Amino acid sequence: MYVLIAGGGKVGANLARSLIRAGHEVTLIEQKPYRYDKLEAEFEHQVLRGDATELFVLERAGVKRPPDLVVAATGDDEDNIVICQLTREKYGVGNVIARINDPRNQSYFDLLGISPTVSATGAIMGLIEHEVPEHGLIQLLELRKENLEIVEVTVDKGANCQGKRVRTLRLPDGARLISVVRAGKAAVPDDETQLEVGDQVLAILEPGKEDELRRVLLRD
Amino acid sequence: MKALVIGCGRVGSAVAQQLQGSGWDVTVFDENEDALGRLGESWRGGFVVGHGMDLQLLREGGIEEADAVVVTTDGDNTNLVIAQAAQKHFGVPTVIVRVLDPARAQFYATKGLRIVCPTSAAIETLVGAVRQAEEVST
Repeated sequence: MYVLIAGGGKVGANLARSLIRAGHEVTLIEQKPYRYDKLEAEFEHQVLRGDATELFVLERAGVKRPPDLVVAATGDDEDNIVICQLTREKYGVGNVIARINDPRNQSYFDLLGISPTVSATGAIMGLIEHEVPEHGLIQLLELRKENLEIVEVTVDKGANCQGKRVRTLRLPDGARLISVVRAGKAAVPDDETQLEVGDQVLAILEPGKEDELRRVLLRD
Repeated sequence: MKALVIGCGRVGSAVAQQLQGSGWDVTVFDENEDALGRLGESWRGGFVVGHGMDLQLLREGGIEEADAVVVTTDGDNTNLVIAQAAQKHFGVPTVIVRVLDPARAQFYATKGLRIVCPTSAAIETLVGAVRQAEEVST
Protein backbone atom coordinates (compact mmCIF):
# COMPACT_ATOMS: atom_id res chain seq x y z
CA MET A 1 0.00 0.00 0.00
CA TYR A 2 1.05 3.60 -0.49
CA VAL A 3 1.37 5.63 2.71
CA LEU A 4 1.99 9.35 3.04
CA ILE A 5 3.45 10.41 6.38
CA ALA A 6 3.54 14.07 7.37
CA GLY A 7 6.17 14.85 10.00
CA GLY A 8 9.54 13.14 10.29
CA GLY A 9 10.06 13.30 14.04
CA LYS A 10 10.36 10.20 16.20
CA VAL A 11 6.83 9.04 15.44
CA GLY A 12 6.88 9.71 11.70
CA ALA A 13 10.40 8.41 11.06
CA ASN A 14 9.93 5.20 13.02
CA LEU A 15 6.61 4.59 11.37
CA ALA A 16 8.18 5.09 7.94
CA ARG A 17 10.97 2.67 8.79
CA SER A 18 8.52 0.01 9.98
CA LEU A 19 6.23 0.37 6.99
CA ILE A 20 9.12 0.22 4.51
CA ARG A 21 10.44 -2.89 6.23
CA ALA A 22 6.99 -4.41 5.87
CA GLY A 23 7.19 -3.82 2.12
CA HIS A 24 5.02 -0.72 1.78
CA GLU A 25 5.65 2.31 -0.35
CA VAL A 26 6.17 5.40 1.79
CA THR A 27 6.67 9.12 1.29
CA LEU A 28 7.70 11.06 4.36
CA ILE A 29 7.35 14.85 4.45
CA GLU A 30 9.57 16.88 6.77
CA GLN A 31 9.80 20.63 6.98
CA LYS A 32 12.83 21.29 9.19
CA PRO A 33 16.10 21.37 7.19
CA TYR A 34 18.28 19.75 9.88
CA ARG A 35 15.84 16.90 10.33
CA TYR A 36 15.37 16.51 6.61
CA ASP A 37 19.13 16.15 6.04
CA LYS A 38 19.33 13.33 8.55
CA LEU A 39 16.26 11.59 7.18
CA GLU A 40 17.46 11.92 3.60
CA ALA A 41 20.64 10.04 4.44
CA GLU A 42 18.49 7.11 5.48
CA PHE A 43 15.33 7.32 3.38
CA GLU A 44 16.77 8.96 0.22
CA HIS A 45 14.05 9.67 -2.34
CA GLN A 46 11.36 8.53 0.07
CA VAL A 47 11.58 11.75 2.03
CA LEU A 48 10.47 15.12 0.77
CA ARG A 49 11.26 18.48 2.27
CA GLY A 50 8.37 20.87 2.75
CA ASP A 51 5.35 22.00 4.73
CA ALA A 52 2.74 19.26 4.49
CA THR A 53 -0.06 21.78 4.91
CA GLU A 54 0.88 23.40 1.57
CA LEU A 55 -1.08 21.93 -1.31
CA PHE A 56 1.84 21.90 -3.75
CA VAL A 57 3.94 19.94 -1.26
CA LEU A 58 1.20 17.38 -0.81
CA GLU A 59 0.81 17.13 -4.57
CA ARG A 60 4.55 16.61 -5.06
CA ALA A 61 4.31 13.83 -2.50
CA GLY A 62 1.68 12.12 -4.62
CA VAL A 63 -1.51 12.98 -2.76
CA LYS A 64 -3.43 12.92 -6.04
CA ARG A 65 -2.81 9.22 -6.65
CA PRO A 66 -4.32 9.13 -3.90
CA PRO A 67 -2.45 7.31 -1.09
CA ASP A 68 -4.15 4.38 0.64
CA LEU A 69 -3.38 6.02 3.96
CA VAL A 70 -2.24 9.40 5.25
CA VAL A 71 -0.70 9.74 8.70
CA ALA A 72 -0.55 13.27 10.09
CA ALA A 73 2.23 12.89 12.64
CA THR A 74 3.69 16.36 12.99
CA GLY A 75 4.34 17.90 16.39
CA ASP A 76 1.63 20.50 15.80
CA ASP A 77 -2.02 19.60 16.33
CA GLU A 78 -3.45 22.37 14.17
CA ASP A 79 -1.18 21.27 11.31
CA ASN A 80 -2.32 17.68 11.79
CA ILE A 81 -5.96 18.72 11.65
CA VAL A 82 -5.46 20.72 8.46
CA ILE A 83 -3.44 17.90 6.84
CA CYS A 84 -6.29 15.48 7.58
CA GLN A 85 -8.95 17.83 6.26
CA LEU A 86 -7.06 18.65 3.07
CA THR A 87 -6.10 15.09 2.19
CA ARG A 88 -9.51 13.65 3.01
CA GLU A 89 -11.81 16.36 1.74
CA LYS A 90 -9.85 17.88 -1.13
CA TYR A 91 -7.99 14.84 -2.41
CA GLY A 92 -10.38 12.09 -1.38
CA VAL A 93 -7.98 10.01 0.70
CA GLY A 94 -10.08 7.34 2.41
CA ASN A 95 -7.93 6.55 5.43
CA VAL A 96 -6.43 9.27 7.55
CA ILE A 97 -4.86 8.89 10.99
CA ALA A 98 -3.92 11.85 13.15
CA ARG A 99 -1.46 12.17 15.99
CA ILE A 100 -2.58 14.29 18.92
CA ASN A 101 0.28 15.98 20.75
CA ASP A 102 -1.64 17.89 23.41
CA PRO A 103 -4.50 15.78 24.78
CA ARG A 104 -6.42 18.98 25.52
CA ASN A 105 -6.87 19.34 21.76
CA GLN A 106 -8.79 16.05 21.53
CA SER A 107 -12.08 17.95 21.49
CA TYR A 108 -11.01 19.81 18.33
CA PHE A 109 -10.31 16.56 16.51
CA ASP A 110 -13.69 15.19 17.63
CA LEU A 111 -15.48 18.38 16.73
CA LEU A 112 -14.06 18.39 13.22
CA GLY A 113 -14.70 14.68 12.72
CA ILE A 114 -11.05 13.67 12.54
CA SER A 115 -10.77 10.04 13.53
CA PRO A 116 -8.98 7.80 14.31
CA THR A 117 -6.54 9.71 16.47
CA VAL A 118 -3.54 8.53 18.45
CA SER A 119 -2.21 10.30 21.51
CA ALA A 120 0.82 9.04 23.40
CA THR A 121 -0.25 10.82 26.57
CA GLY A 122 -3.74 9.40 26.27
CA ALA A 123 -2.45 5.89 25.68
CA ILE A 124 -0.12 6.03 28.68
CA MET A 125 -2.89 7.49 30.86
CA GLY A 126 -5.08 4.57 29.80
CA LEU A 127 -2.39 2.13 30.92
CA ILE A 128 -1.91 3.96 34.20
CA GLU A 129 -5.64 3.79 34.90
CA HIS A 130 -5.62 0.11 34.09
CA GLU A 131 -2.68 -0.61 36.36
CA VAL A 132 -3.64 1.79 39.13
CA PRO A 133 -7.40 2.26 38.91
CA GLU A 134 -8.38 5.32 40.83
CA HIS A 135 -12.00 5.78 39.98
CA GLY A 136 -13.03 2.13 39.96
CA LEU A 137 -13.95 2.33 36.30
CA ILE A 138 -11.41 1.62 33.60
CA GLN A 139 -11.92 2.53 30.01
CA LEU A 140 -10.86 -0.38 27.81
CA LEU A 141 -11.90 0.73 24.38
CA GLU A 142 -13.38 3.80 22.85
CA LEU A 143 -15.35 3.52 19.62
CA ARG A 144 -15.44 7.15 18.67
CA LYS A 145 -17.32 6.79 15.42
CA GLU A 146 -20.00 4.66 17.05
CA ASN A 147 -20.07 6.91 20.13
CA LEU A 148 -19.66 3.97 22.48
CA GLU A 149 -17.08 2.83 24.94
CA ILE A 150 -16.32 -0.36 26.80
CA VAL A 151 -15.35 -0.07 30.46
CA GLU A 152 -14.32 -2.46 33.18
CA VAL A 153 -15.44 -2.32 36.80
CA THR A 154 -14.41 -4.54 39.69
CA VAL A 155 -17.16 -5.09 42.26
CA ASP A 156 -15.66 -4.46 45.68
CA LYS A 157 -17.06 -4.84 49.18
CA GLY A 158 -19.90 -2.46 49.86
CA ALA A 159 -20.48 -1.69 46.17
CA ASN A 160 -24.06 -0.69 45.35
CA CYS A 161 -24.50 -3.64 43.01
CA GLN A 162 -23.15 -6.27 45.40
CA GLY A 163 -25.55 -9.19 45.66
CA LYS A 164 -28.02 -7.65 43.21
CA ARG A 165 -29.44 -9.24 40.09
CA VAL A 166 -28.76 -7.50 36.79
CA ARG A 167 -32.46 -6.85 36.10
CA THR A 168 -32.77 -4.82 39.32
CA LEU A 169 -29.88 -2.49 38.43
CA ARG A 170 -30.95 0.90 37.15
CA LEU A 171 -28.34 1.12 34.42
CA PRO A 172 -28.05 4.38 32.44
CA ASP A 173 -30.01 4.46 29.16
CA GLY A 174 -28.32 2.42 26.49
CA ALA A 175 -25.79 0.83 28.87
CA ARG A 176 -25.42 -2.98 28.94
CA LEU A 177 -23.34 -5.39 30.93
CA ILE A 178 -21.58 -7.55 28.38
CA SER A 179 -19.40 -9.83 30.47
CA VAL A 180 -18.84 -10.89 34.07
CA VAL A 181 -15.50 -12.48 34.89
CA ARG A 182 -15.66 -14.54 38.09
CA ALA A 183 -12.76 -16.70 39.28
CA GLY A 184 -11.06 -16.33 35.92
CA LYS A 185 -14.10 -17.43 33.92
CA ALA A 186 -16.00 -15.04 31.70
CA ALA A 187 -19.74 -15.36 31.22
CA VAL A 188 -22.33 -13.26 29.44
CA PRO A 189 -24.66 -12.01 32.16
CA ASP A 190 -28.44 -12.23 31.82
CA ASP A 191 -31.19 -10.59 33.85
CA GLU A 192 -30.87 -13.15 36.62
CA THR A 193 -27.09 -12.99 37.05
CA GLN A 194 -26.25 -11.98 40.60
CA LEU A 195 -23.18 -9.78 41.04
CA GLU A 196 -20.66 -10.73 43.71
CA VAL A 197 -17.65 -9.12 45.31
CA GLY A 198 -14.59 -9.61 43.12
CA ASP A 199 -16.55 -9.82 39.85
CA GLN A 200 -14.94 -8.03 36.96
CA VAL A 201 -17.76 -6.55 34.95
CA LEU A 202 -17.46 -5.27 31.38
CA ALA A 203 -20.04 -2.75 30.27
CA ILE A 204 -20.74 -0.92 27.06
CA LEU A 205 -22.15 2.59 27.25
CA GLU A 206 -22.20 6.04 25.70
CA PRO A 207 -19.26 8.25 26.69
CA GLY A 208 -20.35 10.76 29.32
CA LYS A 209 -22.50 8.29 31.25
CA GLU A 210 -19.60 6.91 33.29
CA ASP A 211 -20.67 8.71 36.46
CA GLU A 212 -24.20 7.28 36.27
CA LEU A 213 -22.78 3.79 35.77
CA ARG A 214 -20.33 4.28 38.61
CA ARG A 215 -23.19 5.17 40.96
CA VAL A 216 -25.12 2.04 40.00
CA LEU A 217 -22.22 -0.40 40.18
CA LEU A 218 -19.91 1.14 42.75
CA ARG A 219 -20.91 3.79 45.28
CA ASP A 220 -22.86 7.03 45.47
CA MET B 1 -22.79 43.85 19.83
CA LYS B 2 -20.00 41.61 21.05
CA ALA B 3 -16.87 40.59 19.15
CA LEU B 4 -13.90 38.38 19.94
CA VAL B 5 -10.57 39.06 18.27
CA ILE B 6 -8.14 36.14 18.49
CA GLY B 7 -4.52 37.08 17.90
CA CYS B 8 -3.45 40.59 18.84
CA GLY B 9 -0.80 41.39 16.26
CA ARG B 10 -0.80 44.43 13.97
CA VAL B 11 -3.99 43.36 12.26
CA GLY B 12 -5.88 41.97 15.24
CA SER B 13 -5.14 44.94 17.49
CA ALA B 14 -6.20 47.46 14.84
CA VAL B 15 -9.40 45.56 14.10
CA ALA B 16 -10.18 45.45 17.84
CA GLN B 17 -9.58 49.17 18.27
CA GLN B 18 -11.73 50.11 15.29
CA LEU B 19 -14.58 47.87 16.40
CA GLN B 20 -14.44 49.34 19.88
CA GLY B 21 -14.41 52.81 18.33
CA SER B 22 -17.68 52.04 16.61
CA GLY B 23 -19.31 50.88 19.82
CA TRP B 24 -18.63 47.13 19.93
CA ASP B 25 -17.93 45.25 23.12
CA VAL B 26 -14.60 43.61 22.20
CA THR B 27 -12.52 40.93 23.94
CA VAL B 28 -9.05 40.24 22.59
CA PHE B 29 -7.06 37.00 23.00
CA ASP B 30 -3.31 36.61 22.73
CA GLU B 31 -0.79 34.16 24.08
CA ASN B 32 1.57 36.96 24.88
CA GLU B 33 0.69 39.39 27.66
CA ASP B 34 2.78 42.14 26.05
CA ALA B 35 0.40 42.23 23.10
CA LEU B 36 -1.95 44.25 25.31
CA GLY B 37 0.40 47.20 24.66
CA ARG B 38 -0.68 47.21 21.00
CA LEU B 39 -4.21 48.12 22.05
CA GLY B 40 -3.09 51.47 23.47
CA GLU B 41 -3.85 53.14 26.77
CA SER B 42 -7.43 53.93 25.95
CA TRP B 43 -8.34 50.20 25.67
CA ARG B 44 -11.52 49.53 27.65
CA GLY B 45 -12.36 46.09 26.27
CA GLY B 46 -11.42 42.66 27.56
CA PHE B 47 -8.03 41.05 27.20
CA VAL B 48 -7.44 37.35 27.77
CA VAL B 49 -3.94 35.88 27.95
CA GLY B 50 -3.95 32.37 26.53
CA HIS B 51 -4.08 30.19 23.45
CA GLY B 52 -7.08 30.58 21.18
CA MET B 53 -7.24 26.78 20.91
CA ASP B 54 -8.38 26.57 24.53
CA LEU B 55 -12.15 26.00 24.28
CA GLN B 56 -12.70 26.72 27.98
CA LEU B 57 -10.85 30.00 27.65
CA LEU B 58 -12.96 30.95 24.63
CA ARG B 59 -16.05 30.25 26.71
CA GLU B 60 -14.77 32.39 29.56
CA GLY B 61 -14.05 35.16 27.06
CA GLY B 62 -17.72 35.07 26.05
CA ILE B 63 -17.65 33.28 22.69
CA GLU B 64 -21.10 31.86 23.34
CA GLU B 65 -22.61 35.35 23.35
CA ALA B 66 -20.41 36.74 20.55
CA ASP B 67 -21.99 38.15 17.39
CA ALA B 68 -18.67 38.02 15.56
CA VAL B 69 -15.25 36.39 15.88
CA VAL B 70 -12.19 37.59 14.00
CA VAL B 71 -9.28 35.12 13.91
CA THR B 72 -5.91 36.68 13.18
CA THR B 73 -3.12 34.76 14.90
CA ASP B 74 0.16 34.35 13.03
CA GLY B 75 -0.56 30.72 12.09
CA ASP B 76 -2.81 29.85 9.15
CA ASN B 77 -3.62 26.38 10.45
CA THR B 78 -4.31 27.62 13.96
CA ASN B 79 -6.65 30.23 12.49
CA LEU B 80 -8.48 27.68 10.36
CA VAL B 81 -9.02 25.33 13.29
CA ILE B 82 -10.19 28.04 15.71
CA ALA B 83 -12.51 29.52 13.08
CA GLN B 84 -14.14 26.13 12.45
CA ALA B 85 -14.70 25.66 16.18
CA ALA B 86 -16.23 29.13 16.50
CA GLN B 87 -18.56 28.42 13.60
CA LYS B 88 -19.47 24.77 14.11
CA HIS B 89 -19.15 24.30 17.85
CA PHE B 90 -20.19 27.68 19.21
CA GLY B 91 -22.45 28.71 16.33
CA VAL B 92 -21.10 32.26 16.14
CA PRO B 93 -23.07 34.01 13.35
CA THR B 94 -20.12 35.84 11.79
CA VAL B 95 -16.67 34.26 11.76
CA ILE B 96 -13.91 35.86 9.71
CA VAL B 97 -10.48 34.33 9.45
CA ARG B 98 -7.18 35.53 8.04
CA VAL B 99 -5.27 32.99 5.97
CA LEU B 100 -2.02 33.97 4.28
CA ASP B 101 -1.68 30.97 1.96
CA PRO B 102 -3.96 31.52 -1.07
CA ALA B 103 -4.26 27.78 -1.77
CA ARG B 104 -5.57 26.93 1.68
CA ALA B 105 -7.71 30.08 1.66
CA GLN B 106 -9.40 28.97 -1.54
CA PHE B 107 -10.09 25.46 -0.30
CA TYR B 108 -11.54 26.51 3.06
CA ALA B 109 -13.65 29.19 1.38
CA THR B 110 -15.43 26.35 -0.41
CA LYS B 111 -16.05 24.77 3.01
CA GLY B 112 -18.10 27.73 4.14
CA LEU B 113 -15.57 29.81 6.06
CA ARG B 114 -15.34 33.55 5.50
CA ILE B 115 -11.72 34.06 4.63
CA VAL B 116 -9.60 37.14 4.12
CA CYS B 117 -6.39 36.38 2.25
CA PRO B 118 -4.05 39.41 2.33
CA THR B 119 -1.61 37.60 0.03
CA SER B 120 -4.19 37.28 -2.74
CA ALA B 121 -5.19 40.90 -2.24
CA ALA B 122 -1.55 41.99 -2.56
CA ILE B 123 -1.06 39.88 -5.68
CA GLU B 124 -4.12 41.39 -7.33
CA THR B 125 -3.08 44.93 -6.46
CA LEU B 126 0.49 44.41 -7.69
CA VAL B 127 -0.52 42.80 -10.96
CA GLY B 128 -3.22 45.43 -11.45
CA ALA B 129 -0.74 48.26 -10.92
CA VAL B 130 1.71 46.80 -13.44
CA ARG B 131 -1.05 46.27 -16.02
CA GLN B 132 -2.11 49.88 -15.56
CA ALA B 133 1.46 51.00 -16.28
CA GLU B 134 1.36 48.87 -19.42
CA GLU B 135 -1.84 50.57 -20.57
CA VAL B 136 -0.41 54.03 -19.91
CA SER B 137 2.77 53.36 -21.94
CA THR B 138 0.99 51.84 -24.94
